[in-house]
Amino acid sequence: MSQQYPALLIVVPLLSALVISAAGWANRRLCFPIAVAALSVSAYCSIGLLRQVVDHGVIVYRLGGWPPPWGIAYYVDHLNGLVLAVVSIVALVNLVASKRSIEEEFSEKAGAFYTLYVLMVTGLLGISATGDAFNLYVLLEVAALTGYGMLAMGHKDRAALATLNYLYMGTIGACFYLLGVGYLYIVTGSLNMADIARLLPDLYQSKTVFAAFLICMVGVWLKMAFFPLHAWLPNAYTYAPSAASSLIAPLVTKVMIYVMIRLMLTVFTPAFAFEAIAVSEAVVWLAVLAIFIGAIMALAERNLKKMLTYIIIAEVGYMVGGAWLGNRAGMTGAILHIANDAIMTLCAFLAVGCMVYKTKGADFEDLKGLFRKMPFTMGAFVLAAMSIIGVPPTCGFFSKWYLITGAIQAGHYGFMVALIFSSLVCVVLFFRIIEIGYYEPFADHHGHGHDHHSEPPAPMDEAPLSMLVPLLIVAAGLVVVGLYTGDIVEHVVRFAIPKGLV
Amino acid sequence: MEDFIQAVVAKYNYWIYITLMMIGLWAIIAKNNLVKKIIGVNIFQTAIILFYVSIGAKRGATIPILEHAHGDAHGAAAHAFHAVDYMNPLPHVLMLTAIVVGVATLGVALALAIKVYRRFGTLEEDEILAKLRKK
Repeated sequence: MSQQYPALLIVVPLLSALVISAAGWANRRLCFPIAVAALSVSAYCSIGLLRQVVDHGVIVYRLGGWPPPWGIAYYVDHLNGLVLAVVSIVALVNLVASKRSIEEEFSEKAGAFYTLYVLMVTGLLGISATGDAFNLYVLLEVAALTGYGMLAMGHKDRAALATLNYLYMGTIGACFYLLGVGYLYIVTGSLNMADIARLLPDLYQSKTVFAAFLICMVGVWLKMAFFPLHAWLPNAYTYAPSAASSLIAPLVTKVMIYVMIRLMLTVFTPAFAFEAIAVSEAVVWLAVLAIFIGAIMALAERNLKKMLTYIIIAEVGYMVGGAWLGNRAGMTGAILHIANDAIMTLCAFLAVGCMVYKTKGADFEDLKGLFRKMPFTMGAFVLAAMSIIGVPPTCGFFSKWYLITGAIQAGHYGFMVALIFSSLVCVVLFFRIIEIGYYEPFADHHGHGHDHHSEPPAPMDEAPLSMLVPLLIVAAGLVVVGLYTGDIVEHVVRFAIPKGLV
Repeated sequence: MEDFIQAVVAKYNYWIYITLMMIGLWAIIAKNNLVKKIIGVNIFQTAIILFYVSIGAKRGATIPILEHAHGDAHGAAAHAFHAVDYMNPLPHVLMLTAIVVGVATLGVALALAIKVYRRFGTLEEDEILAKLRKK
């Protein structure tokens, strides 16, 4: 059974998506349990896989028994073992936490939403598990198309248009990736990542290989909203339904960072990415710009959800910059930050989901007096904020520490300054929220009364327990993951980076 | 100039796909109508499909079905098979999947356009943005 984990991981949610869509016609109440069961199987398999990888090393799974390079192989090592575990757990927790808001927001279409949700997780897990460059493209589009469907179910005026803009950019990104793979196929005649990696080193001087690498990178950067290709992200995520944005915001950009690192480390080698071609310096500077622009744009926002989307753009800059520093500490920081950023973004967006559930808005005006009204939600939000700022012992501190160490080792002080600058901006951003939530009196802006003196203090009005408990678990997870950072680096991340990279 | 023309003619499939791709990109960036933009996206995808199809083709090659291999074992053994004689079927097979992806993308995009149209009564992006700004 445990040999079949790589297949089960993908097949179970894929088939369940069909079952959910059928069950939606018969009885809508069946959809949620099936979705939870499917994602639980995935989470169980991915954790099992991670343990197998840590104990016994890399797993190669041949789908249908066809040997690579002819068949498609699923290839699980320390790098994507970690990513798979993060994706499946985040998806499961978010699904459980979002049940109430899903059923409230689209009672009629809940079945369709669950179908898309599970299909999207299938796509993301497949992207992470596959060892075949073309298979990756197909799963990329599975994840993207289902994502468009979910994002468009949000805000009634703006969601469809914002999603359409995302669709143009996302499709161009995927096409670029496909084009790069085509170039690699022309020169190597193979689509299997390990096989391409074996054939490429003799061709490192070829212009076609250089073009293939850059085209793939541009495609992946578009998909992850790396500056200056980020313009689609803020609106698409802001106007999405809570349940969709708290799935997509933590996972999609992070999985794309994984694809970038996979291309750099496995398909191409660090020797190619950092030495044979001279682009790493330029990419790190772009990352610096991404961090500055993301932070400054976040400062200008008056909507909590939109502010967080700009922070995501800055965080993408952290990870791309860290990966391109070209040393071990930077790469460790980038890989660790994939996991950490997924958890803290999930925590922040779940907290926003709870706030939106109660106050029906995420504008700063809506947050007044929330500490009194929703103390637990705001507590979790503060923890997420501390992690994004980088306060120990939350996990955000540790990955940022590795990134800054990497920047200093590489002598790239611009990147170091950018990291510190964005931490300071995050302090300002989040303390502003905390100030609004804590000190300003509760304003009933949907009603008509503005006479605060006559009103008694607003009573506590928390989100339902089914939303609150997962949120608090994730918030606790921020600290737990932070405390176990040493183990994660020692047992997982260390083996994910090739030995040649120092 | 002659060299340039020769370079274009010798690799005409690449020039065609690049041209198509740029037409698609132009439509996405410059067109105001949402459906035209969506068609631009589709042209962009089709350009890459054509690129793949063209790299599988070979001059003087036939479809990838083995000749004389039918039934008689010694016949198949007697003939040596040359890869040069057959087109490469793999890129074509890959593109079947990519075509499906393209159709799905087009479908989702048009559905979104319908959603926008129902809400705003127009598909012109500037008019939609003007209506959004008014709110």
